[in-house]
Amino acid sequence: MQIHKHDAIIIGAGGAGLMAALYASKGGADVAVVSKLYPTRSHTGTAQGGIGAALGNLDEDKPIYHTYDTVKGGDYLADQHAAKILAENAVEAVIELEHMGLPFDRTSERRISQRRFGGHTRNFGEELVRRACHAADRTGHMILQTLYQQCIKNEVKFFDEFQVVDMIVVDGVVAGVVAIELGTGEFHIFHGKASFFASGGWGRCWSVTSNAHSLTGDGAAIALRRGVPLQDMEFFQFHPTGIYRMGILITEGVRGEGGVLINSVGERFMERYAPSAKDLASRDVVSRAIYLETRAGRSIKNRGYMHLDVRPQTVNRYFAEEGRDRGDFIDDSTVERKLPDILDFCRTYLGVDPVTEPMPVQPTAHYAMGGIPTNIDAEVVIDAAGTVMAGAYAAGETACVSVHGANRLGTNSLVDLVVFGRRGGMKMAEFVKGADWTPLPKDAGAWIEAEFERIRSGSGRSRPGELRAKMQATMMDNVGVFRSEETLTQGINDLAELRDRFNRDLHIDDKSRVFNTDLMEAWEFGCLLDLADVTARTALERKESRGAHSREDFKKRDDENWLAHSLVYQQGEMNDPSYEAHFDKKVDLSLWEAEKEAGTPEDQQRFRPVERVY
Amino acid sequence: MDVTFKIRRRNPDALGQEKPYWQEFVLADVDPTDRVLEMLHRIKWEQDGSLSLRRSCAHGVCGSDAMRINGVNRLACKILIRDVGEKVQVEPILGLPVIKDLIVDMEPFFDHYKQVMPFFVNDDPVPADGRERLQTQANREQFDDSTKCILCACCTTSCPSFWANGHYVGPAAIVGAHRFIFDTRDQAGKERLDILSEPNGVWRCRTIFNCTPACPRDIEVTKAIGEVKLAIRKGTNVGIIETSAIH
Repeated sequence: MQIHKHDAIIIGAGGAGLMAALYASKGGADVAVVSKLYPTRSHTGTAQGGIGAALGNLDEDKPIYHTYDTVKGGDYLADQHAAKILAENAVEAVIELEHMGLPFDRTSERRISQRRFGGHTRNFGEELVRRACHAADRTGHMILQTLYQQCIKNEVKFFDEFQVVDMIVVDGVVAGVVAIELGTGEFHIFHGKASFFASGGWGRCWSVTSNAHSLTGDGAAIALRRGVPLQDMEFFQFHPTGIYRMGILITEGVRGEGGVLINSVGERFMERYAPSAKDLASRDVVSRAIYLETRAGRSIKNRGYMHLDVRPQTVNRYFAEEGRDRGDFIDDSTVERKLPDILDFCRTYLGVDPVTEPMPVQPTAHYAMGGIPTNIDAEVVIDAAGTVMAGAYAAGETACVSVHGANRLGTNSLVDLVVFGRRGGMKMAEFVKGADWTPLPKDAGAWIEAEFERIRSGSGRSRPGELRAKMQATMMDNVGVFRSEETLTQGINDLAELRDRFNRDLHIDDKSRVFNTDLMEAWEFGCLLDLADVTARTALERKESRGAHSREDFKKRDDENWLAHSLVYQQGEMNDPSYEAHFDKKVDLSLWEAEKEAGTPEDQQRFRPVERVY
Repeated sequence: MDVTFKIRRRNPDALGQEKPYWQEFVLADVDPTDRVLEMLHRIKWEQDGSLSLRRSCAHGVCGSDAMRINGVNRLACKILIRDVGEKVQVEPILGLPVIKDLIVDMEPFFDHYKQVMPFFVNDDPVPADGRERLQTQANREQFDDSTKCILCACCTTSCPSFWANGHYVGPAAIVGAHRFIFDTRDQAGKERLDILSEPNGVWRCRTIFNCTPACPRDIEVTKAIGEVKLAIRKGTNVGIIETSAIH
């Protein structure tokens, strides 16, 4: 195996990975970015609506309001200190992105333009605030392009289309990763003082998803297999507005610009579920409302979808009812200018023109709140006490800081990857200066090479595509927006059967070395399967409803017993794992504790876990 | 309905498949609104797992799945069966070496992109108030079209000038430069114009217009190239794009 030696190995070239690469190189580290995709293909590029930061360019705003919204949005499972760092660092991070050339839209004062987004408010929930900094409806694309361009400028070393498949751990210290060069099928070892996982989420566990085909949770699955627990895996966000059946995301920015959800009887039903924030309540609330409306027989054509209406006449009618200033009213050109990509998706895939017709939408699997546990400097931690695993870092969707708690607010994914990619990059640069090289073990890469040979030479009857489709269907049916002991048990049993077939009955058609996507998809399915399994199991154990985790048999949030993060550990054989979940990692409530210490009366405490109302 | 796919294939690592050949697949129960990418997936997942292609986001944003579909460069995820009919011919994009099936070597393409300084340059101290640099929305919109580029290579690999001379930087790289040349905050416009006035720069463009309809993002590629040509001729990036024309 070819061995490459770099101070810092970054796995994944989306927003978090590129941000870490930039800041680690600026800090003097020799960095290599290893990515299964060309960097500009990464999923950060599909983020649409905006990146939240309390710049206050259009409305009065402060980081503490953003912190409050994040904590409340997360149904009080977010670590409060981490949420505060997120909101505070967001301001300087967004300004830095602008200094790197990011083409934000502008206000009439020539400043970065901002729009409303779900759950983002002023003055602790008083009213919606314009906080999402945007570049049309392709903010993620602009972030990804800008960061990649800056990496070119700074001559960051890239290994494009090298897929990381294992991590090398020696006595609890990470010594690097093993990757396959897709173009040749050869294994490579990346020997590093630090390895930084920025490898994205695993929405492909579900059949209706906004996620790219490549979002197969490789990094999280690898970490889990090598002794790192995964945190809060039961919390997976369903975004309320995916294109019907296809799952393609329709940004919350549509509702931010005034769009409304309408059921089959023509009612703006969110007025009932969230009287104040209405269509811009947090995503878990809106997704559940769509399911409940469907159950009540009020989905369009009884097919489980709703209409998302951003036609100017509809938007302006509701604006008028709400007494909004006439200056806020929109016309066709506003929609064209502010939501060009959304119009393009609907016209291309549905033949629907949102300027004149409503869009058919349904909840779509969107974002993992859980993942590889880290502290606020993106260092991986491996237990409830926060013990750091030397040389291991993670940021972005694959990581769990936790700033999103049980439900992430819109725009906060981009904030997360920029803020913690940056902090992690800086921390890693500092770390590699003082750290020694951990010698590679003699058999580095041997196990994973054998595992790939097993998959390649399988002579069973099951195709990976068939197994994956079955997994996605059972996850959608049983581990989706609503869960119960019955559905979760069904899901776990289905997954066990699929694992058995994956281990004993697999075959792939392509036996060659060069760009073997058949082989890679089969291995990726194994990653998805592990993550689906831990998701279903932690969901079964958490006997309460909180944020995106909604149990029909335990409908209430239960802070007394369940205000804690879960950590799930893998045990047993690599191909026949068992999992053990612990619910003993304390949620950081430091902002609330500070309020209590300062003698703030209870009814004025902002960070006390209370029932969420939107 | 049934749809027949005729796919150009090659696998340098499989006996008897080293040379390019055509292979047909028939799919039943195809809906006119299905994406071509989904149908290629059905072939791969149901019939022949060795069919190799790149793809990721599946909705026209990541730029992975550029291919030649019925003779025209498309993203497979952004073209529906109703747009291509019941007989669909799929080949790799032209002008880049084929690695396997529909996968081509993208390195020459990205190398061209990197030649044009595709990054923001402004060495002035950042504003003293610690805030953003200022820009009017009209100035922001001068280069809006070229910010949409996803580097899928549909334009460059549809360009006869690029087919004839692989050293030509190609339309995508010029769009990449355009995005910065007309950004009022950027300071390296002149260097980029110098690079693009070299023999393999913008003058290899013969205004054939293949690039514009090939762009899945509806960027007016030929127009952008024209604006860069004009800027070189005039020796300035100022006054090329009429901002008054925008809003």
